[in-house]
Amino acid sequence: MSSRFINWFKFSSPATFYPLARKISVVSTVVAVVLIAIGLYMSFFVAPTDYKQGEGYRIIFVHVPASWMSMFIYLVMAGWAALGLVFNTRLSAMMAQALAPTGAMFAFLSLWTGSFWGKPMWGTWWVWDARITSELILLFLYLGYMALRSAIDDPRRGDRASAILLLVGVVNVPIIYYSVKWWNTLHQGSTIRMNQETTMEETMLLTMLIMTLGFWAYSIAVSMARVRAVILERERSANWVRELAEGRT
Amino acid sequence: MAEFFHMGGYGLYVWGSFGVTALFMIAEPLLLRSRSQQIKKRIARVARLEQEVNQ
Repeated sequence: MSSRFINWFKFSSPATFYPLARKISVVSTVVAVVLIAIGLYMSFFVAPTDYKQGEGYRIIFVHVPASWMSMFIYLVMAGWAALGLVFNTRLSAMMAQALAPTGAMFAFLSLWTGSFWGKPMWGTWWVWDARITSELILLFLYLGYMALRSAIDDPRRGDRASAILLLVGVVNVPIIYYSVKWWNTLHQGSTIRMNQETTMEETMLLTMLIMTLGFWAYSIAVSMARVRAVILERERSANWVRELAEGRT
Repeated sequence: MAEFFHMGGYGLYVWGSFGVTALFMIAEPLLLRSRSQQIKKRIARVARLEQEVNQ
């Protein structure tokens, strides 16, 4: 093999990935703190008051990033699950496992902040609207994945079974995304559009994007820290883990 | 200052959203850190025990 190519399979070994994950986690933590600090400042002091929703619209700066992350993390997990099934790499399944709690948290936060936005604007905490219901299903998919994984004693069998659950559940993501188009219910349509002009003031949009990038960096930081914990737990009988643990105490 | 927290009448909703989001995003890394430390301690303990048995 030519040395110009990176041997990606080298990093699929938990032992080589363990120190790399720490570096990625540290860098992402710094990026996340800086971006979220700027984003919060802009959310409250730079973004103007909305002409229709007053100050109440500011919930958008956590609601939309949390919702996007909940869907995006699911797709990334499904990608890792597929890789794990195809190449039979342990680390792929560990990555999916490490992302799940963060994805579930964002799905919950999406529903929670949506509820706190719906109450003053629509007059109700909850409604069985297509978007809200499909987001709730996403939360259940995360919880179901975690429950199934931990219910199977053999970790490798648990990896495969839960990978299939993740892949089947992918069908729900486009349903969430297009729900506001397909069903004309209470949830408003998207203000960010791929092919036409966005119906949003510039600083509002910028604030939302900065918050989203901050949440993104946060997710990378936390999942890299968690994959290290998962690696230690699952590789605990490997020699390098033993040596590492003994060196520490 | 009071006006800032009042959020034009939307105080409960705005702070209820930002507050809970902040709570979760601060709690998650902290919980994770304590979990990692426990795992490391447990592995070290098992390794020590095995060494003692082998001696």
